[in-house]
Amino acid sequence: MIHIAWKSLCNRWPTALLAVLAIAMSVALILTVEKIRRDAKSSFTQTVSGTDLIVGARSGSVQLLLYSVFRIGNATNNISWESVEDIKARKRVDWVIPISLGDSHAGYRVVGTTLDYFEHYRFGDRRSLELADGLVFDDVFDAVIGSEVAAKLKYQVDDKIVVAHGTGNVALVKHDKQPFRVSGILKPTGTPVDRAIHVSLQGIEAMHVDWRNGATVKGEGTDADTVRQMDLKTSAVTALLVGLKSRAAVFREQRAINTYRSEPLLAVLPGVALQELWNLISVAEKALLIVSVCVVFAGLVNLISVLLAGLNERRREMAVLRSAGARPANVFMLLCIESTVLTLGGILLGLFLHYVLTGLGSLFLQQQYGLSINLALPDRTDYLILLAIGVAGLLAGTIPALQAYRKSLSDGLSQRL
Amino acid sequence: MNNANNVNAIVQLDNVSFGWPDNPTPVLSIKEFGIKKGEHVFLKGPSGSGKTTLLSLIAAVLAPQTGKVSVDNIALDSLRGGQRDQFRVDRIGLVFQQFNLLPFLSVRDNVQLPCRFSKIRYRKARQAGLTLNDETDRLLDAMHLSAKEIKNKPVNTLSVGQQQRVAVARALIGSPPLIIADEPTSALDSDTRQAFLELLFTEANATNCAILFVSHDASLATAFDRSMDLREINTALNATATHTSTTNADKPRAMP
Repeated sequence: MIHIAWKSLCNRWPTALLAVLAIAMSVALILTVEKIRRDAKSSFTQTVSGTDLIVGARSGSVQLLLYSVFRIGNATNNISWESVEDIKARKRVDWVIPISLGDSHAGYRVVGTTLDYFEHYRFGDRRSLELADGLVFDDVFDAVIGSEVAAKLKYQVDDKIVVAHGTGNVALVKHDKQPFRVSGILKPTGTPVDRAIHVSLQGIEAMHVDWRNGATVKGEGTDADTVRQMDLKTSAVTALLVGLKSRAAVFREQRAINTYRSEPLLAVLPGVALQELWNLISVAEKALLIVSVCVVFAGLVNLISVLLAGLNERRREMAVLRSAGARPANVFMLLCIESTVLTLGGILLGLFLHYVLTGLGSLFLQQQYGLSINLALPDRTDYLILLAIGVAGLLAGTIPALQAYRKSLSDGLSQRL
Repeated sequence: MNNANNVNAIVQLDNVSFGWPDNPTPVLSIKEFGIKKGEHVFLKGPSGSGKTTLLSLIAAVLAPQTGKVSVDNIALDSLRGGQRDQFRVDRIGLVFQQFNLLPFLSVRDNVQLPCRFSKIRYRKARQAGLTLNDETDRLLDAMHLSAKEIKNKPVNTLSVGQQQRVAVARALIGSPPLIIADEPTSALDSDTRQAFLELLFTEANATNCAILFVSHDASLATAFDRSMDLREINTALNATATHTSTTNADKPRAMP
């Protein structure tokens, strides 16, 4: 029967190929969507890694995460520098990265920080930040820009940029007396780091030298060299990324910071907060999944329709088979084998397409966005998906097979006899 | 009257009556009809005389309301669905007017089809110690189809005459005791008809195979052992009220 089914399919290769393609497309799509979904989730939940605690003024954990890591929204309050020093001095604390927000350049956030940022900040699978060009900031007016900032605004090392107060794209107040110099450009990370302009904490203070009571002081403003001579002290930062010597201490340190007496502070575990945030935005993820399930469904419907449409013109063949001794059950089997072959062919071709897609896509994503999509063998979920499609294909195949069975019963051995 | 267990009969019909559902008048009513083993019977009759119905009854495609049909000493009413299919492929070779072959199979595969579904015919085909392919090629050669040239050709490249001979080779493979041919020559021209018959007879005689040959071309009748007109034996055609008195209480069963 398999031999006959194979010959029969070969004879009908254009329609068979269409059915295989339809299934292959849906298989490739659902696998790719599923992969992107999972990789996006893992990449998202690893936007920061290696950081044990994020500390900010007391608010909500998601809000703290949003402004400290994603630079969305604003902080309700700052952390005083004394508190920063206190936390830094705790004996289980290995390092702290202060983050000072509030200014922007062409819609991109300016992040005031220290050199610890480049040393300790980790993302993804514990990857550290790397420079694509130039050096980290050395001067008060040096800035290290993320890859997207550099690409979109076409900045190169040594370009001058003017930072504006506030975070809108069109800022009314510009710190144009103190232009910054691009000292380095970071490699793509696929995280909000790509969209940030990093300057030293002194740089942030320097921008605000002429800034009093919410407006710039009148006059020429202080020029850069004068500012460099000044003793710029940071009085407060927006958030603090904390690394501990041992992860085991994370809950104790969290409690200690949360109950800090001098100032109301909040410490959150980034992994937990990221997971919380992901759950908020996972509606989109589910929508993606639903779409790809629909595509699989469409592929199967196409398989059924290809087989059903062929059935009428194949009535004569069925009759010939019957007159040569095939039972209606054999006719049923023949159709089932055909749909199985089509489904299996579609699944294999779909797997192949999926790997070609992710192979090409990962190159592109790595270069453009620094997203690493690893080419892994199908995992358990993938096998379950493929199994489900296979079973659905077999079930779909029984519909035309049943039809053929009934027709071959009523048609008898030929249209004549 | 012959009795149904006559060992010399390959086909035996006794008091058979058949009518379509929802129609009180039977289309076929035969008191007695038999074919002896190895006998070549020519059956003629105009359209609507019940030829196809008769063939369907013998091939166990249809079941009569009354009476008994036996083929190769098997009472057909004793067979169930699957058994009828098996009976048919084991014992009857069928040739139709046209479209006998599967277009996507090679000539060889087409001829060998019955051997896929019948162990008996597979065994018989290899009786002479030949492989199935050898027997197929021998039959194709006997049908004057040079086996080497066409055995692996797709069948739709053959002429109609060649296709009909391939169909005969398929009906003959595994030496079934009966061949039913339903107007196999109507698509052929008169020259090839005679040649077709000769080839059919030669091979059928070699295995003592009975032939029931249906055609409305009376000129072919002389080559057969016996020739008959269905109108002579089908009493349903000159039906009077008495003939239709046979009960129609139980509906005819369409057999798969």
